[in-house]
Amino acid sequence: MARHVAEQVRSSGGRPGPGSRADAVVRIRGLRVVRGATEAIRSLDLTVPGGAVVGLLGPSGSGKTTLMRAIVGVQVVAAGTVEVLGRPAGDPSLRREVAYVTQAPSVYPDLTVGENLRYFATLLRTGPDDVARVLDAVDLTAGAGRRVGTLSGGERSRVSLAAALLGSPRLLVLDEPTVGLDPVLRRDLWNLFGRLAASGASLLVSSHVMDEAVRCDRLLLMRDGAILADDTLASLLERTGTAYAEHAFLALVEGASEAAR
Amino acid sequence: MSARMTLATAARVLRQVRHDPRTVVLIMLLPCLLIGLVAWMFDGTPVLDTIGPTLLGLFPLLVMFLVTSVTMLRERLGGTLERLMTLPVGRGDVVVGYALAFGLLATVQAVVVTFFAVVVSGMDVVGPVPALVLVAVLNALLGTSLGVAASSVARTEFQAVQMMPAILFPQIILGGLILPRDQMPALLEAISVVLPLTYGVDALQSLARDPDVDAIWGDVVVIAGFVLVALVVGARTLRRRTA
Repeated sequence: MARHVAEQVRSSGGRPGPGSRADAVVRIRGLRVVRGATEAIRSLDLTVPGGAVVGLLGPSGSGKTTLMRAIVGVQVVAAGTVEVLGRPAGDPSLRREVAYVTQAPSVYPDLTVGENLRYFATLLRTGPDDVARVLDAVDLTAGAGRRVGTLSGGERSRVSLAAALLGSPRLLVLDEPTVGLDPVLRRDLWNLFGRLAASGASLLVSSHVMDEAVRCDRLLLMRDGAILADDTLASLLERTGTAYAEHAFLALVEGASEAAR
Repeated sequence: MSARMTLATAARVLRQVRHDPRTVVLIMLLPCLLIGLVAWMFDGTPVLDTIGPTLLGLFPLLVMFLVTSVTMLRERLGGTLERLMTLPVGRGDVVVGYALAFGLLATVQAVVVTFFAVVVSGMDVVGPVPALVLVAVLNALLGTSLGVAASSVARTEFQAVQMMPAILFPQIILGGLILPRDQMPALLEAISVVLPLTYGVDALQSLARDPDVDAIWGDVVVIAGFVLVALVVGARTLRRRTA
């Protein structure tokens, strides 16, 4: 069974494995983030390879969003360094190259889909062609004239995603982009992520649905503000002797707590 | 800052307003109704001529403060501000874009309400009427820029609405509207000197009784200065990084 899933991973990718450490898009050393009274991330080291779809998986509250915010440069950090595309996270030059989609769709509900995208396109200095391209990418061309507030939750998050695709950023940080979508749309979006990576972009995609691990070139398993595993799904399954990402996660958690004892 | 991004932001805010026609109608109609009420109540007396211009200058301030602080709070809570802060747009572009959009809305409001007060209600303005509109619009810009700053203190829309009595009412009480400033206790008079609305009220009262428009330029410069400071403070409250 493990081999079966591993096979799927290989065939779904169909391109050379994720980039080497040399062309890493994100390098994190000793990151520590304190939110309120709790330590959301404690001493985290991480290197994210470029040109790949990297899945950030873990239960809610494990620090996925905080880590993503730190990478985008909108999170106040207590310690450590976060380097993105060779520059410090949040560097003004990165605002054109790194796109971030928050978990809740961050678009204006009182504007139409097209009005939203045209505004963000102006800020990114791209034109109507780019708006048409991203509308097509998220399959919303027909709904461009509709007010975002009248759309379903899934449609809204696709508008939010479309806004992030404007200007063809080199790194896309997507916080649970497939939550609440029907299986067909979820599949279409993961196919889109694969195409983006194939064209040279790097993606960091979080999810609390372990099934989606199959669609990622590389996985980061997160729990309690720390990285539990940083590996491909195939090697993760092999290492834990399990057949599913979910079981591998459980095996790692149990392994970690036994080691702590 | 870039003119292109500032204008794009102003256009976006105006588009949002356009999608909410009921608010636009309320903004234009409500002050007219209130002016009409005062005119009717004090029919045959010079009361409207005395307090009318001041009322006229206050509406844009109150309305634009409320509209801006609530809209801005929605940007903060809805995540769109966080998105903007990850995009190549300056904080000044966002705040000035808001000021332009609501300044334009306030100009229309001031013109509509002044027209109603002068033509329909028969309000007599001793000074030039365009100067009255100018002061009203400056007050509106003041309201918008204070609204941006106020929205950073509020966590909910209820709190944002409460910021109006907190920030504007003391200025209304101490600004010389209720009691001439030279009759106030010395300490309160000293406080009123540093409150922006004091100069707005002074200019409006001067226009109500003094035909010489030159009497208001000093006030206009001071209000413009306060607007600039409030815009800078407002822009500073937009944070690229948050906890």
